[in-house]
Amino acid sequence: MNALTLWFHRMGSPPTFYAFAERWRPWFLWSGLLLAVFALTWGLFFTPADYLQGESYRILYIHVPSAWMGQFVFAVMAVSGFVALVWRIKLAEIVSLASAPIGATFTAVALATGSLWGRPTWGTYWVWDARLTSTLILLFLYFGVIGLSRAIEDRRKAARAAALLAIVGLVNIPIIQYSVYWWNTLHQPSSVKLLRGDTTIDPSMLWPLLLMAVATKLYYAYSLLSRAQVMVLEQESGKDWVRRLAGAPAND
Amino acid sequence: MNPARRRRIWMILLVLLGASVATALALTALNQNIQHFFSPSDIAQGKAPVERTFRLGGLVEEGSIERVGEGLTVRFVVTDRFRLQPAEYTGILPDLFREGQSVVAVGRLRDGVFVADEVLAKHDENYMPAEVADAIARAKTRQASESAAAGGATHPPAPKNGEAPSY
Repeated sequence: MNALTLWFHRMGSPPTFYAFAERWRPWFLWSGLLLAVFALTWGLFFTPADYLQGESYRILYIHVPSAWMGQFVFAVMAVSGFVALVWRIKLAEIVSLASAPIGATFTAVALATGSLWGRPTWGTYWVWDARLTSTLILLFLYFGVIGLSRAIEDRRKAARAAALLAIVGLVNIPIIQYSVYWWNTLHQPSSVKLLRGDTTIDPSMLWPLLLMAVATKLYYAYSLLSRAQVMVLEQESGKDWVRRLAGAPAND
Repeated sequence: MNPARRRRIWMILLVLLGASVATALALTALNQNIQHFFSPSDIAQGKAPVERTFRLGGLVEEGSIERVGEGLTVRFVVTDRFRLQPAEYTGILPDLFREGQSVVAVGRLRDGVFVADEVLAKHDENYMPAEVADAIARAKTRQASESAAAGGATHPPAPKNGEAPSY
């Protein structure tokens, strides 16, 4: 068994995962926060104003990374949901469920900041074009996953039902991505094309955006580990390692 | 691999395939309704629902903005670089409304003129500082005057590799 597979197998064990999360959580949090503060200071104060939009374009340093994360987290949720359904690994169920509120928040931030930008730029807070509507559907899919996971009493059954919804909802991700090419939309096409490694943002404005994309991922790692830790403790409550952790004597 | 797991993988893939096909069919069927706006070419080809209110989208033709009298009425021409569509709007225009920029207008056709109730500016995917935009504009003017001096044809630049113009 190679090192990576071995690592995954170890992580499947709740006490090992708990210790790993406890160790790395603060690193993810602080590196993410520091990077975000640095990138936002750069983006908000030290980049030139846009030739057409002036200062209002700077909201993209929050809007674009949030929108990316909304989709990225959904993909993580669906992939770990797939692992949970096929291999019935408890930790994969936890990762899938713990991701949902984080992704929903990022999506909501993307919708809110986009709306605030739309008012001065387009002249409206909201239009029902394909990009905006499919992103709203993404938010509702997150709500669906969260709701479904809470509607079923049995924790593991709930996780599997939610995982299936996450997998089906994956269909929406390429629709969001390509909506601006497949249909006429008010929203502009992508400025940073990840697949082609191409961009139409001037280099003097691009770096803070890319750093924010890294910072939001670090924050996601922190938030995911924290949430997963709590869920692991709930699931394993009563086991010896949890009792020892809580300072209670182990059962004989 | 254990047969139970293999069966589950196939089931999930089938569900995903079914969902994809259903979505693709629905989106194809609804294609016309998902289009946020129609271009002047769409109107010319009869693809736009001209008998009711619809959205017109395209670039504001250079040199076409014209104020009517003392009021807030503005006449302009919307183009997709293939066809022209005259339009008219009374009201306050968004800041980004200017010649050479994209707009989406809601309204209907009256005697060949698109009478808009609402005009939204559409932003493109380019972000750059003013100096860079100026430098690009200067380079374009220089290129144009050089080609004119060389006796070259002064056709407007054609859309790249026959692609539809992006706006």
